[in-house]
Amino acid sequence: MKLEIKKIIENFSLPRIIVFLFLLFLLILTPFSGLRFDSTINDIIVRFGMNGVLVLSLIPMVKSGCGLNFGLQLSIIPGLLGAIISIEMGLRNFIGFFAAIGIAIFFAVISGYLYGLLLNKVKGNEMVVATYVGFSIVSFMCIMWLLLPFKSTDMIWPYGGTGLRPTISNKGYWFNILTDFLKINIGEYLVIPTGNILFFALLALLLWGFFRTKLGTSIAITGINADYARSCGINIDNMRIISVIVSTIIGAIGIIVYQESFGFIQLYLGPLYMSFPAIAAILIGGATVDKASISNVIIGVLLFQGISAAAPSVVNNLLKHDIAEPLRIVITNGMIVYALTRVVRSR
Amino acid sequence: MNSKEGYLLELHNISKDFYGNRVLHNINLFVKPGEIVGLVGENGAGKSTLMNILFGSPIIRDTGGFEGKVIFNGKEVNFFSPFDALNAGIGMVHQEFLLIPRFTVTENVMLNREPMKYSVISEIFGTKINLINRNQMKQKTIEALKILEVELDPEITINKIPVGYKQYTEIAREINREYTKLLVLDEPTAVLTESEASIVIKALKKLAKKGISVIFISHRLEEIFDVCDKIVVLRNGAVQKELIPSRTSASEVAEYMIGYEIKNNESESRGIRKLNEIILEVNDLWVNMPAEQVKGVSFEVKRGEIFGIGGLAGQGKLGIANGIMGLFPSEGKVKFKGKTFYLNNTQNALKLGIAFVSEDRRGIGLLLDETVFLNICFTAMKVKNEFTKPFLGISWINIRDDKTMREISKEYIEALHINCVSEIQKARELSGGNQQKLCLAKAFILKPELMFVSEPTRGIDVGAKRLVLDVLRRFNIQYGTTIIITSSELEELKMVSDRIAILSEGKIAGILPFTAKSRDFGLLMLGQNIQKESIKSIK
Repeated sequence: MKLEIKKIIENFSLPRIIVFLFLLFLLILTPFSGLRFDSTINDIIVRFGMNGVLVLSLIPMVKSGCGLNFGLQLSIIPGLLGAIISIEMGLRNFIGFFAAIGIAIFFAVISGYLYGLLLNKVKGNEMVVATYVGFSIVSFMCIMWLLLPFKSTDMIWPYGGTGLRPTISNKGYWFNILTDFLKINIGEYLVIPTGNILFFALLALLLWGFFRTKLGTSIAITGINADYARSCGINIDNMRIISVIVSTIIGAIGIIVYQESFGFIQLYLGPLYMSFPAIAAILIGGATVDKASISNVIIGVLLFQGISAAAPSVVNNLLKHDIAEPLRIVITNGMIVYALTRVVRSR
Repeated sequence: MNSKEGYLLELHNISKDFYGNRVLHNINLFVKPGEIVGLVGENGAGKSTLMNILFGSPIIRDTGGFEGKVIFNGKEVNFFSPFDALNAGIGMVHQEFLLIPRFTVTENVMLNREPMKYSVISEIFGTKINLINRNQMKQKTIEALKILEVELDPEITINKIPVGYKQYTEIAREINREYTKLLVLDEPTAVLTESEASIVIKALKKLAKKGISVIFISHRLEEIFDVCDKIVVLRNGAVQKELIPSRTSASEVAEYMIGYEIKNNESESRGIRKLNEIILEVNDLWVNMPAEQVKGVSFEVKRGEIFGIGGLAGQGKLGIANGIMGLFPSEGKVKFKGKTFYLNNTQNALKLGIAFVSEDRRGIGLLLDETVFLNICFTAMKVKNEFTKPFLGISWINIRDDKTMREISKEYIEALHINCVSEIQKARELSGGNQQKLCLAKAFILKPELMFVSEPTRGIDVGAKRLVLDVLRRFNIQYGTTIIITSSELEELKMVSDRIAILSEGKIAGILPFTAKSRDFGLLMLGQNIQKESIKSIK
């Protein structure tokens, strides 16, 4: 019995259990802090639909041995470009949403290819390099958002002039287009965003299928044992580039889904720290620097977003202090540090 | 005791086993002052283990110590660490350089033995911060270099000088100790050119005249004959013979080293096969594989043949297969089935029907944490597009067909007698011999026309060895697969091969039929020319 418990703990990993117990504790406290339990659950589900695809995008790069994608900004930028070009063209509803995705994919392929070339030059240090490339590209795009010739009055500064606003609303274009698709009203405070969840499931299924194709298997084997891959005639550099492109594409789709649910497109410094919560989520889900699966994503996003959703209201209401945000940052970065120390040990 | 007078070093009945595997049996070795003793033997004959015992290497102690007695300078010793050995007066020059690249020659020679100068600060903080007397240091280094008769600027940093001079620096460091009485040199000339080596040899003779004894390990027989007073041949962990160079010949040394004719019924009953069609033609192949460089080899392999490649470690035998398979950069003209074969392209090699079983079973050969069936089938899926099926009924997207993979794997598991619980077991959980069979299955499933097998029996037990070799022969006969087998064990090559090429210093020293005498193979391994007539007769 004791052994079994020990095994379960080992399989589930200690940090995951701590986070899980903490979330459980928060949920139990919800009614006592004057909040509705069902609205908290609703929050968690909505956030899952919002962030799931972004976190899913980390898988291909982990599998090919490129590590965690600290340069998630390189897929967010194509996503942003897709979103604003679609709005500029005045496309609405599903057409607008899928046009945004289509345009984003176009930019993501270019961005992913260049990113992949770069990562192949810095094998072994991908994560450090990616972090700084991500930061740099955000700053570079800060200039571009001002210079790009967008005209739509919904996006430029209201008092005229050139340049895009830091926050652009997509209401009236494709706001909640997925969220409202086939949505299920369980109560006043609990609505299941079926469309979001279906969309995540579809992408997850495609990704699962991809890793069962010949190409996908080759990519995964490159990540497991590069020497073995070479002896099978696999071109390692190409496999890594393809995995980075796939990651970038899913990430670009991910940010559009995020905006669709959130209602706003955040430019300028908005994407700066977006990679950390995504990475923390997949790590809480049980992924490591060289192993990740779809179940890691689902568990991780539920736990991480669960805390993000429940902690602010519960803790603030109970303590009357705003410690929720520091708490979230501690969990986010603590999780990343924990995962990185484990890499060092296993090497 | 039977301790004899007048010896500097006496080794009495030294035995050693690693986890029940006896590697040294009752070795007796005596070295007189000023004597140069040459130590020869195949890889794994026990030379390094013996030297590790002499030097007090921690490896020996950690694995249970040794039996027997070491008497040095009249006293029984049992060195606890290499430092004790150094203090007692035993110097060692390793095959790999143990020098600090950015330090000067002087600094390297005098490292940790620097002459000190008194300064006032030492009064307060102790001798650890005494100043170094650089002039004296330089003087001592120049003296040591003078003994070696080499022109070398003592102020130049190590990373700027050629390998030969690095070796002189190592030797200078050892002879610089005032009390060094015995010098052990482990293949000091392996990385040197002939002219460089001859300077080392000359220096050794001078040292011997000064009364310093030398134990000299080398695979170059000329050097051994040139410099040694006595040759000790080791084989399978025992002293095979002590010889005096002036009263013996290279072929006699080779014979003792390799052993007498192997009495093997199979190889005797096996006739020489008549094979005509040439499947692989290699011309002037160069492969840049670290520690196994191939420097211009040419040979032909016939269809249906088992072609053996042998030689001592580091002589380039492993480089050939790795080079042709495109795993290490290579150059040269290769023809496969009469057509030009492009090197440095693994995918191309596999597509043409060439398979490879790597010597690095656990590193390159297998995905240890994946299932047995994926290990067997992946290369075939990658190269030949087998084991795929449409995804969700869409015909242009093909995904892995695990079910077929598992079924086919079962067949191979049975055919090769791979001992595993099931085909979904992880490769890591299998024993060494079964992992090797897994590697073979992975190659066989490609139905190759030509197969490279490197070190197929390394690290597996005797019974498994036999099975692996039997499997190779069976496939060769059944399917006519041409096999190029690389092995360190001559006996094994003689059991399965039709012809055997021996590599020495990156070049082919000779190609002999399996029926040739072991002694001749031994000579080839040591880089000796055997009579041209005997080579002609093979053709």
